[in-house]
Amino acid sequence: MAELYIRSDISDLPDARGYFGEYGGRFVPETIMPALDELEQAYADAIADPQFHAELSHLQRTYTGRPTPVTYARRLSEALGGAQVYLKREDLAHTGAHKINNALGQGLLAKRMGKRRIIAETGAGQHGVGTATAMALLGLECHVYMGSVDIRRQQPNVFRMKLLGAEVIPVESGSRTLKDAINEAMRDWVTNVETTFYLLGSALGPHPYPMMVRDFQSIIGTEAREQIQAETGQLPDACVACVGGGSNAIGLFHAFRDDAATELIGVEAGGRGIDSKEHAARFADLDISRPGILHGTRSFVMQDSDGQIMETHSISAGLDYPSVGPEHAHLRQSERAYYTMATDAEALEAFQVLSKLEGIIPALESAHAVAEAIKRAPTMPRDSVLLVNLSGRGDKDLDTVIGILGE
Amino acid sequence: MRVLRDTYGIKALEVMFARAKAQHRAAFLPYFPIGYPNYAASLATIKALADAGVDGFEIGIPFSDPIADGPTIQAATQVALENGATVRRCLEAVRTLRTQGVSQPMLMMGYANPLVAYGTDTFVRDARAAGADGLIVPDLPPEEAAMFAGSCQREGLALVFMLAPTSNDERIKLASAAATGFIYVVSLTGITGARRELPAYLEGFIARLRASADKPLVLGFGISSPEQAREVSRLTDGFIVGSALVRAGGESVEAARDLAASMVAAIRN
Repeated sequence: MAELYIRSDISDLPDARGYFGEYGGRFVPETIMPALDELEQAYADAIADPQFHAELSHLQRTYTGRPTPVTYARRLSEALGGAQVYLKREDLAHTGAHKINNALGQGLLAKRMGKRRIIAETGAGQHGVGTATAMALLGLECHVYMGSVDIRRQQPNVFRMKLLGAEVIPVESGSRTLKDAINEAMRDWVTNVETTFYLLGSALGPHPYPMMVRDFQSIIGTEAREQIQAETGQLPDACVACVGGGSNAIGLFHAFRDDAATELIGVEAGGRGIDSKEHAARFADLDISRPGILHGTRSFVMQDSDGQIMETHSISAGLDYPSVGPEHAHLRQSERAYYTMATDAEALEAFQVLSKLEGIIPALESAHAVAEAIKRAPTMPRDSVLLVNLSGRGDKDLDTVIGILGE
Repeated sequence: MRVLRDTYGIKALEVMFARAKAQHRAAFLPYFPIGYPNYAASLATIKALADAGVDGFEIGIPFSDPIADGPTIQAATQVALENGATVRRCLEAVRTLRTQGVSQPMLMMGYANPLVAYGTDTFVRDARAAGADGLIVPDLPPEEAAMFAGSCQREGLALVFMLAPTSNDERIKLASAAATGFIYVVSLTGITGARRELPAYLEGFIARLRASADKPLVLGFGISSPEQAREVSRLTDGFIVGSALVRAGGESVEAARDLAASMVAAIRN
């Protein structure tokens, strides 16, 4: 009998109603409530089935290329003169980002449920590419909603998705970014719920998505926790990850949740700075961000005084989202994790530093986590260990960066 | 002057349904958002529909991210937001309509987040004070009813929940137990918007709901013509027309009034 691959501890959050403390739940039109019940049941059945674990584990190993390594960033650590910095290399996963972990997991689940039409939303295009890839592999039909602003700034990923056989549907409503792509995907789901599986890409949305996406991404932390101990003989003093919806961060944090001595640090997009109000730092700017309800879940939401959702800004499309996964809101409230932010300029600087010192071009999203490491490592002792989740590679961002830095 | 009503809230809806039933028809409740095509015109439209003899209203509170709405209502509520529609202004609109003599039941219809931002208890209290009779929150399933149930009960306002063709018997019982005033029956698996034809399964679907739900059933989504109004009037206790009237209201107050009047006539014959 195969080992159960995804650890599912019934004492873990969320509770039966999908709440992580005060955050989470299910706030969706009635039409899709039965589908969420069905999904929750199918997921529970799947993770109780060793066959499902064996199949996913096999694909992770032979297709995604897991385990991804942990790399010691020697030159970066020397330059910073403090903590030893290690990188969890999700950029080396097939498709170049952690999103494939969740896409394969949910894709196998969809297949088990007999749903052959898959829809997804994407911001940076990484989840869209991950989904299109997994659907090509599994032979399922794939439609990806993407804001037209994001389509413009992530051309290579748009082409990739099409090449992989997915239909990319431009979204022209609202701010034409990730938030609006989710709106359109939900409208599609409401309309085609009986035949369609919504493959949501981050640890947000109505229950069971935040839990399910976390579980599929928790392989990141499970591997990293073993690898870093094998490499350094200790647990990390701090784990750092960028937080848009928050799937790579929750995937890293989950395995360390009971390691009280390991600090968990999430990095939001500070955009043009908090004072500019052009950012996506949901936890940093409490003037315009407070608990609310968006896309089916209760969490922190950037909104005006009337509760209308605000447009956000980040140099990285994947962090450009006005809400954040409910489990992060809970981790922050319970003070198990700490959240900070990096501006566009800091992320851009980190993007270049990591490229020059380590020969690794990070995704602009992941560069936010690297920026925090650059700030934090020098304040830590030399025998301490800082683990950064390098959630994706930066090739997709070259156009954006060329546009800013020139040739 | 403020119109004096004998009843309000759940009671007012009961009176509305009883009157329609006595006339062997369903109650006609149009949806119209405040602020579209502008604030004054939205009030003029609602007043004109009231004068045309509709039975009640859903007063739309615009939201930036309306996931259950199709293109017509998305576009209209976006215009309304650009015109400065806020929750406060929507409540003001109800207050003004009452002073203009609109006596039909009015239910506030809006997505959860603006109401949460306003404060759920405060909202229900202010809605009652403004002259509203109930509340419909399309992204609030019965599982999350607690957010509004206490305050609605305190104020005597209806808290309406929805059922859809996908709802199973368990969910029908859940919504029926939680809803006060009526149950909003979503006619089709989809988002709001005018449809040329009503789904063929409608009669069976309504019968299935009647078997386990003991609240009045009000059908919405896709009803756009007097012929459809007449058809559903035989089946249900009430029906809602949104997108078709919103589209007409975008042209002129008169266009919306004429469409509503033709529906009022269709269900009375």
